[in-house]
Amino acid sequence: MTVLSAKNITMQFGGLTAVDQFNLELNANELVGLIGPNGAGKTTIFNMLTGVYVPTMGEIILNDQSIIKKTPHEIVKLGASRTFQNIRLFKDLTAVENVKIAYHNFIDYNMIQGMFRTKKFWDEEKKAQEECMKLLDIFDMGEYADTLAKNLPYGQQRKLEIARALASDPKVLMLDEPAAGMNPNETAELMETIHFIRNKFDITVLLIEHDMKLVMGICERIIVVDYGKTIAEGTPDEIKNNPEVIRAYLGD
Amino acid sequence: MDHNKKKTYLINTIAVVSLYLVFFVLIQTKIMNNYFVGIAIMTCIMIIMAISLNIVAGFLGEMALGHAGFMAIGAYASASFSMALIDSGLPLPHLVVLILAMIVGGIVAGIFGFLIGTPTLRLRGDYLGIVTIGFSEIIRIFFINFGPTGGAAGLKGITRLVNFHNVYWVTIIIVFLVFTLGRSKQGRAIISIREDEIASEAAGIPTTRYKVLAFSLAAFFAGIGGALYAHYQSFLEPSKFGFMFSIEMFVIVVLGGLGSLTGSIISAIVLTVLPEMLRSFSEYRLLVYSLVLIIMMIFRPQGIFGRSEFSLTAFIESLIQRKNIKNSIDGGEAS
Amino acid sequence: MNLFLQQLINGLNVGSIYALIAIGYTMVYGIIKLINFAHGEIMMFGAYFAFIAATSFQLPVWAVLLSSMVIMAIIGVTIEFVAYRPLRNAPRLSALITAIGVSLFLQNLALIIFKPDPKVMPKIFPETIYKLGEIEISSTTLITIGLSLFFMVLLDLYIRKTKQGRAMRAVSEDKDAAILMGINVNRTISLTFAVGSALGALGGVLFSVAYIQVYPTMGVMPGLKAFIAAVLGGIGIIPGAMLGGFIIGMVETMTKAYLSTTWADAIVFAILIIVLLFKPTGILGKNTKEKV
Repeated sequence: MTVLSAKNITMQFGGLTAVDQFNLELNANELVGLIGPNGAGKTTIFNMLTGVYVPTMGEIILNDQSIIKKTPHEIVKLGASRTFQNIRLFKDLTAVENVKIAYHNFIDYNMIQGMFRTKKFWDEEKKAQEECMKLLDIFDMGEYADTLAKNLPYGQQRKLEIARALASDPKVLMLDEPAAGMNPNETAELMETIHFIRNKFDITVLLIEHDMKLVMGICERIIVVDYGKTIAEGTPDEIKNNPEVIRAYLGD
Repeated sequence: MDHNKKKTYLINTIAVVSLYLVFFVLIQTKIMNNYFVGIAIMTCIMIIMAISLNIVAGFLGEMALGHAGFMAIGAYASASFSMALIDSGLPLPHLVVLILAMIVGGIVAGIFGFLIGTPTLRLRGDYLGIVTIGFSEIIRIFFINFGPTGGAAGLKGITRLVNFHNVYWVTIIIVFLVFTLGRSKQGRAIISIREDEIASEAAGIPTTRYKVLAFSLAAFFAGIGGALYAHYQSFLEPSKFGFMFSIEMFVIVVLGGLGSLTGSIISAIVLTVLPEMLRSFSEYRLLVYSLVLIIMMIFRPQGIFGRSEFSLTAFIESLIQRKNIKNSIDGGEAS
Repeated sequence: MNLFLQQLINGLNVGSIYALIAIGYTMVYGIIKLINFAHGEIMMFGAYFAFIAATSFQLPVWAVLLSSMVIMAIIGVTIEFVAYRPLRNAPRLSALITAIGVSLFLQNLALIIFKPDPKVMPKIFPETIYKLGEIEISSTTLITIGLSLFFMVLLDLYIRKTKQGRAMRAVSEDKDAAILMGINVNRTISLTFAVGSALGALGGVLFSVAYIQVYPTMGVMPGLKAFIAAVLGGIGIIPGAMLGGFIIGMVETMTKAYLSTTWADAIVFAILIIVLLFKPTGILGKNTKEKV
């Protein structure tokens, strides 16, 4: 069953074609990797898939709905969430508050009930606290719950981004270089975590990564892009030995 | 509600009521004369203005430099309403008229907040600031030219419905509501936009909707502040709601700390009371005020409290803790 | 038709003054991304110094203008050094508030030194009225427009052809890269303030000659309008400030002539809002998108 598909999506900035007729078919519960040299257009693809950019051409279908003209938050409601290459946490909010932001749509009280502190408010806030703490515990971040995001160690910040992205109960999770800046131990831990959450939450994962050990280690399928075009697609073994891929990374 | 929260609510309630009783006694025994009561009333109104502005400048983190415009709308709308209501001869108690006038002022201002905010909040930073100045000036010029509310000569004869007692409690209620807003899911959403708008949108927050909400709420409360102002001064003049007044309010919030409500309260009190106290040096007070502003920005730009709040409960607890530590040390030495 | 042409000339007159002041805003914003709220007060003090030079010292016209421009250049540089330089790396908001503080400070300083009652600016330019058919142009108007254009052309040449001008443009584009290229950023910024303030002072003098009165808060509204002009043309872009100044001057004059004096200011603000909503970078501005 296809959860997310992109048909010939193209992104043009003025005269520059950043992404050229990219195609993607994500099936339920898949773990897919998107790799390619720097500047290949991977984050641009993510931005199109999450509504940050509107593709110049093409179609994107999420859970049988076209999401081409939708805003990022609408797309989140439809079940896709993402993390960012350069970490975009809410620095002056605590870790648990960061997660609660993504949990926003599951907290059920209106502004008046909030301002006047009705029973609904207290009940819903309690539920939010419990659920968000559960998410943090999955990432072993319980002790950091009340730490301001800006004061977290780098590795914890990256994990927090993923925890936050999960709070909106997505069907598709898109991770943009989740292992950037991590040491081998942290990366190994991350690989386990991604496997774990894919199974526990029954989600589909699409990730951009440069760390080949992670990509080859956990991805079931890999798509390789260069200069905005797909140059290869297949299993890790197929990709490892693909001459086009080698040429893209190492040059001629 | 857990035990700690209940304790905090109790302590704050006691503090607020005690403070009121102090003022009550001072006023009844005439220790505080009309002059000082007037300062106290204006201080409460400025607190409301600062608190409401903090929703946009502090929670949302945008430079809103046209807040006086919403105060003006609230003032004129509420005054027109109350004058019409009183003229109609309906035998309503003053408090009811005041409450209705505040609601009218707030809602009209809030509607304009929505109308102005919707296009304006597509801009950011300096540009947003300039546009808010522009709208505020247009509002002021409108009232200069609008005959039915007196034009440049102003609107006279507004019934004085405000006294210290009702304005104090209105202020407390507004402070409470904005405080609870900040710590609710809607407040969190607004703050997340300040922190990182792109991430906020990517986390599922409809950012445009919440930006406009923050702006409209700020305008709503500013309108109530304007209504109180109108029904205290009994006289409204467009020139009072100019660009400079907006700047004054903005400076109050910045000096208190953007995002800190207690900071806004203290800053509003200091910056309303102090100039009055220094009236004898009035020639130099604005000069000193501007110097203080410059020095503060260079040495403590986050304002008095930065983004945190002063917690009475925490303060009392720290005092008790210090006393306990002192006791145990003394006790230890004695034995 | 004649009324229109007459107002056109008035518009050019007012517009050239706004342009001179707008240049100061735009140069400072371009180089340190600061809205120098105090620029209106620089214009005001420029007028006061010219007043003193003309009345107390009875200096000839050229000396009045020169002394005012030089003194305000020095004061502008001093303000930057004392109030803005410490905040060079601080968030934009702090610097903005400091600018507001400086503005208030200067206004009140003028109030204390010169007292609130307006002074009358003497006619330092020869007063002859030229007639072109039905239209009257005073020599003052001609001199105002002429001087403004002269200095604007001079500035444009300076920015484009001299080393310091190039340095200013470099620092505006990328401060860190400019440092790496060996440009003395502090000196360049000071120079920017000097030039901007000198032109602002000139604008103040010409303004006071046109509107006769000199008083401590005279810089507030013209300052705001000149700032709007700078934004309209494209903040940070010098030709934009010139263009914006003329447009605002024209709009203000035409509105006053054909619509209503009281609504003129509101229309100026309305234009500002419309421009910013549809093309925030101004008429001559470029678009920049934030990278995600």
